[in-house]
Amino acid sequence: MNTIRSLLARREALLVLACLLLLVAITARFPAFSTPRNLAGVFNDTSILIMMALGQSAVILTKSIDLSVAANVALTGMTVAMLNHLVPGLPLVVLILIALGMGMLLGAINGFLVWWLDIPAIVVTLGTMTIFRGLAFVESGGAWVNAHEMSPAFLELPRTLILGLPVLSWVGILAIVLAVLLFTRTGVGRAFYATGGNAVAAVYTGIDVGKTRFLAFVLSGTISGLCGYLWVSRYAVAYVDVASGFELDTIAACVIGGVSTIGGVGTVGGVVLGALFLGIIKNALPVIGISPFWQMAISGAIIIAAVVINARGERVKGRIILRRKELPL
Amino acid sequence: MNVMLATDTPTTEPILKMTGISKTFPGVKALSDVALELRPGHVTALIGENGAGKSTLVKILTGIYQPDGGSILIDGKEVTLPTADAAQELGITAIHQETVLFDELTVAENIYIGHQPRNRYGLIDWTAMHARAAAILHGIDAPISTRTRLKDLSIAQRHLVAIARALSIDARIVIMDEPTAALSYKEVEELFAIIDRLKKAGKAILFISHKFEEVWQICEYFAVFRDGRQVGAGRLDEVSHNDLVKLMVGRDVTQAFPKLKADIGEVVLKVDGYCHPTEFDQVSLELRRGEILGLYGLVGAGRSEFCQALFGVTRPSAGTVTLSGKPLAVRSPSDAIDAGIVYVPEERGRHGAITAMSIVSNISLPSLKVTSRKNFLRMAEEFDLARKYAERLDLRAASLSQPVGTLSGGNQQKVVIGKWLATLPKVIILDEPTKGIDIGSKAAVHAFMSQLAVEGLAVIMVSSEIPEILGMSDRVIVMREGRMAGTFEREGLTPEALVRAATGNKEAAA
Amino acid sequence: MSDQSAILSPRHIPDRLDGPFKRALKSWETLLLAVAIAIAIANSLASPYFLDPWNLSDATFNFTEKAIIALAMTFVIVTGEIDLSVASIIALASTAMGAAAEAGAGTPLLLLIGLGTGLCCGLFNGFLVARLGLPAIVATIGTMSLYRGIAYVVLGDQVYKNYPADFAVFGQGYAFWIFSIEFVTFLVLALIAGVVLHKTIFGRQVYAVGNNALAASFSGVKVRRIKFIVFLMTGVAAGLASVMLTSRLGSTRPSIAVGWELDAVTMAVLGGVGINGGTGNILGVVIAAFVMGLVTFGLGLLNVPGIVMSIFMGLMLILVIALPLVVQRINNRRR
Repeated sequence: MNTIRSLLARREALLVLACLLLLVAITARFPAFSTPRNLAGVFNDTSILIMMALGQSAVILTKSIDLSVAANVALTGMTVAMLNHLVPGLPLVVLILIALGMGMLLGAINGFLVWWLDIPAIVVTLGTMTIFRGLAFVESGGAWVNAHEMSPAFLELPRTLILGLPVLSWVGILAIVLAVLLFTRTGVGRAFYATGGNAVAAVYTGIDVGKTRFLAFVLSGTISGLCGYLWVSRYAVAYVDVASGFELDTIAACVIGGVSTIGGVGTVGGVVLGALFLGIIKNALPVIGISPFWQMAISGAIIIAAVVINARGERVKGRIILRRKELPL
Repeated sequence: MNVMLATDTPTTEPILKMTGISKTFPGVKALSDVALELRPGHVTALIGENGAGKSTLVKILTGIYQPDGGSILIDGKEVTLPTADAAQELGITAIHQETVLFDELTVAENIYIGHQPRNRYGLIDWTAMHARAAAILHGIDAPISTRTRLKDLSIAQRHLVAIARALSIDARIVIMDEPTAALSYKEVEELFAIIDRLKKAGKAILFISHKFEEVWQICEYFAVFRDGRQVGAGRLDEVSHNDLVKLMVGRDVTQAFPKLKADIGEVVLKVDGYCHPTEFDQVSLELRRGEILGLYGLVGAGRSEFCQALFGVTRPSAGTVTLSGKPLAVRSPSDAIDAGIVYVPEERGRHGAITAMSIVSNISLPSLKVTSRKNFLRMAEEFDLARKYAERLDLRAASLSQPVGTLSGGNQQKVVIGKWLATLPKVIILDEPTKGIDIGSKAAVHAFMSQLAVEGLAVIMVSSEIPEILGMSDRVIVMREGRMAGTFEREGLTPEALVRAATGNKEAAA
Repeated sequence: MSDQSAILSPRHIPDRLDGPFKRALKSWETLLLAVAIAIAIANSLASPYFLDPWNLSDATFNFTEKAIIALAMTFVIVTGEIDLSVASIIALASTAMGAAAEAGAGTPLLLLIGLGTGLCCGLFNGFLVARLGLPAIVATIGTMSLYRGIAYVVLGDQVYKNYPADFAVFGQGYAFWIFSIEFVTFLVLALIAGVVLHKTIFGRQVYAVGNNALAASFSGVKVRRIKFIVFLMTGVAAGLASVMLTSRLGSTRPSIAVGWELDAVTMAVLGGVGINGGTGNILGVVIAAFVMGLVTFGLGLLNVPGIVMSIFMGLMLILVIALPLVVQRINNRRR
């Protein structure tokens, strides 16, 4: 009876299995990879991808796409880094609030264009993606902000250990918890699913489809803004090409995690596992001695494979006129 | 309020009062100066032909459309319904003709989306949601698991979910837009039991249907719409069956179907044991030259699905097709068209016409090989072809370059039919050919269909309208739940026999 | 055409209401042409170097390669799909040519390899979208990553630059006087694209698919085949652009032509091709290519850096789509 449910559950199980297999294979030759310490490192390294993939998944659930997330990271990251450099007295809290606010604003611009003018999300975000990155160039003049130009507090925060884990990891964990609550326990979260699942039905049930999309973009933008700070702080450098192409990774994590690009299908667990899968591969490549130049091709191949697998589950069914015995009547 | 008494008191105050409601769409006046009253504890029938404005009214009441003018009073207070949410707040809910729900979500969530039960932190309480959904489903005797995904339910079960949703909102006004169209006899009886219960609970119900037996069975009040106007309303016990029909159609009741005598020739199309994994099973038929074969059944009986498989849109899992004595393998619509089988689909805007393109482009699309010279388009030839069929079908349009979407429903249908006639087919399948088109165009389509049969075409006509089936068909095949439920000759065919076969009345009697 | 008797007949329906002149006047292309002329005048006023024929000729190089892709992209977008992998195809094709050149391949073989790589990439895109029915956005985002990824795998941070001397002809040669081979090729291809899209059965079917793929298939159009072919077209066009760009630069890095998919889509959309499919024409795209060429040339004369120009491109993409919608909104409000 619950074949579909178990199938969807199987997607997460499948990913857990894939991640484990990957780990076993790597560990077989490089035992050091699977020490708790190193795995915590992998998680920490993947935290930003997890967070941004969660934001992206909200957008994809509503049957849209946000290509501007990485450019958003570059622009907000550059902005807070420059502020930190030029106004060293500014408290870190203010900088983080600026990052959040700026990310939210950039997301709202995307969302507004999609909502009010009904322009396809791909066009809007393809445009804003170049605009945001271009603006990062304009404000920096192409110059880098290096570690020695950042304040210690600015650099320290993501690295500070709490209960053995860096703050960056804790932020990632917090984001996952909040996303679970948002996606499964709030009206807005369920509206994401409804909007992407059947926009007409959503209107009939009193859901404002445009507003829901707008909120998804705002969410995605806000997360990107926060990650803008986390990124430049973690890598201790800000330049125009920061996170270049990272929007593809967020989409890949979603698609691998079973988020349907037709909208309305996907879970937080799947997205997190999708991101971790990519994270493990990325961290393992240098360990097993494969050039990091392979990473792009591998994620491309994985995206395609994942979309193919997803598409198999999405075959449009007919009306199911013939009665089926397994269903209660 | 004493609801039990309310049913017996003839002079209940209306809970909802609409007056002077108008709505205009580009080119169409959908509603003009319409009035409607609904009373608690009573069922009001809204009767009217397709395109009379019933659906528009429902959409206004549920906050999807905004009226251009008029007033809506609930409990004597003037209200506006700017959004679907606002309508729900005021206790108005609708069960739509096409169940508009979410395939990927569970039954419980479909019932509660938009007003999920919350725990004390304001978060959605899934346990409570499943419990309440199960209780509601139990209350309407619907044994459906609340954790099943909607896409795994049958059409009737989806209807029950839609009803459960209406109940979950605790609505005072329940609109049912042709709720019985897809239900079998037994399911209709179950639905009526539910409606009875709603009545006793003091709900005001608007029941939209064009099946008179049903209206008489469960309604107390009526309102009749015709061409976007309200042409009559009152108590059902004060009018006769004929009064209602006359109001609805607006002219003499005996509708003349212009069926011409056609010479029925040799078998053109023979279908044997056609099966599909989920949609239909073991359908076989023979179709002769000059014959109009009616395909009757409830909405969702598998007729369209069968025809689309015949046309190559979907693949059957078993069965053979023979055309003019030769076996035919149809893998795509273009195969079918090449062989001489064409299909006028039910959903004109989605499958039939490319509404953004011009009349000439639509008509010439399947015939481009003929109008072109070596793959190069010749516009003059295309215009000639389009003009020829536009004139034959008496198309009303400002120019042949006009987008099809700007035409009326009847004229759009003429374009679709013209497109197919231009390919000089042997078999034409018409799926609900007069659905949602005005009376004038309807008669024209009927006359033309008859003319085609006389000219030697073999016609399959899918229809859910009994008068149309009785008036036009030489022979009728009835389908129920994806299977053939009977074949009838024109002579001596009664509406009762058709309905019995289509709804499976016998099983209820047994 | 319409004689007296035809007008009197109640059933006669005219072919068209507006004459050809009136239709042309109302069109998007006319507006674009006016914009192009205005920019040209502004440029010539702003810089004395603008009107020099050789300068103008130089200016064509910065948009013809993109414009060739835009011509094919027009077909894809009219079909209602999108191909985001074109820039990556350029990178992969260029890498393939570079590797072949290292191995000593001659110019004709290099040309063949460039076009062939593009064709193969297009085949794969077409297979994913038309055969497997994947959504084009995600499928081509995947191949975008895959194709350029392969270029990175092959090249890493290396550069190929051992191209034979006569290979330079595609990107640097002139057909006659100031007309470069690139520019002449573009004009010829534009003519062919225009004829194919507007004057053939295939072109008509492309529009039908883009307007309503379901209804088109119900009318006997082989939707999958049409979609497959248009992806082949962008693949080959990207291959050709790769030949020209590689020849012009004389070197290959894996980061070659980054972001060009945006420029190609922008050109098509600026040219009046509806992003939802079913509308647009080649003439508009050709004029749009010139407009974008003039803008970049003008900004270049003013020493505006490339990344800032891309802001203009992004803004233009959004504004071009948004402005008509905003105007429409305002008009609707008034009514």
